[in-house]
Amino acid sequence: MNLWFWLLLACVLAYAWKLVGYFVPAKLLKDPRMSRIAGTLTIGLLASLTIVNTVASGQTLAADARLGALAAAAVALAFRAPFLLVVVVGAGAAALLRLIGWN
Amino acid sequence: MGLEPAEPGTTAVKLLASPAVRVGISISIATGLYGVSFGALSVTSGLDFWQTMALSLLLFSGGSQFAFIGVVAGGGSGIAAMSAATLLGMRNGIYGMQLNALLHPTGWRKYVAAQVTIDESTATSSGQTDPDEQRRGFWTAGIGIYVLWNLFTAVGALAGSGLGDPKQWGLDGAAVAAFLALLWPRLKGREPAAIAVVCALATVVAVPFVPAGVPILIAAVVAALIGWFSHGRSDEGLEPDVDPYDEHHGRRDKNRDAHLDNQRDSHGDGHGQTGQAGA
Repeated sequence: MNLWFWLLLACVLAYAWKLVGYFVPAKLLKDPRMSRIAGTLTIGLLASLTIVNTVASGQTLAADARLGALAAAAVALAFRAPFLLVVVVGAGAAALLRLIGWN
Repeated sequence: MGLEPAEPGTTAVKLLASPAVRVGISISIATGLYGVSFGALSVTSGLDFWQTMALSLLLFSGGSQFAFIGVVAGGGSGIAAMSAATLLGMRNGIYGMQLNALLHPTGWRKYVAAQVTIDESTATSSGQTDPDEQRRGFWTAGIGIYVLWNLFTAVGALAGSGLGDPKQWGLDGAAVAAFLALLWPRLKGREPAAIAVVCALATVVAVPFVPAGVPILIAAVVAALIGWFSHGRSDEGLEPDVDPYDEHHGRRDKNRDAHLDNQRDSHGDGHGQTGQAGA
């Protein structure tokens, strides 16, 4: 039951974050510095999410099949593959590498 | 309007002809299917079926959901799980600001839009240059992912450990590829690429020293500081609405872009400021 409490609070706060953005005055975004930060922040977060999903395993760094997924996805993207194909290539590379024994 | 009724028969054809809708559908399928791994990992982390479903239905933000179950799986407390999920959800507030400026949802739409404001719906929307396309992209990806993500969360939660290790199916590799694919089109020019590298390095350095979820926040702070202190031009892929799906438009000619910009400026309600991607 205790976990339910924190879980539901997390849900409420997640929605609050999302909704707050919609009520921030638009003027703030017109500030060139703010829109610049929104841009750098998006790039920074996506880069971080990519790398965390690739090498982080809890609090330790790991070099496993996900590195292969990253490389395969990068190759697919360089060849301008559509999004869905890139994702399939990433999953396929990780699954294949594990099949042949690399973690 | 992405949601307005049009003449029957022509609607489906028109919608499928929209690049934003096609991108939205592809992203919905790619991301939605990944819900299987969330559902399966969640029940193997010790949450029950309804707790798992509550996270997908109510919290609905992949990163935060994985952070929550990750902390629980690692033996962390409920409050730690809640904190990690909440901190990771901060970026959705920024997305909300951007989307509000791009789409101007009103009334109840604002509250629905907020719930489906996530990485993928924001990227699909801000990747389009035409205001109608931005709207269609947002709603297609947002609602499409919401429906599929919840459906496949249920499948994964019910299959549970019977599915075996989700890693066996390379589902974690799919997540890596999806995030890279969202990042990739933003790396036009030297500066965005440099920001990505710096933030990736900050993340790697931070991972062993701070709890799971926090490295992403450190990278966010680094990125925000770069944005605050740098004075470069803001038209080199750094603006929030850079086009991540250039290939879907084919080669764009300058005249058409100029025409679109004029259209946007004529709205006079902020599109001129926020809608200059690709100009």
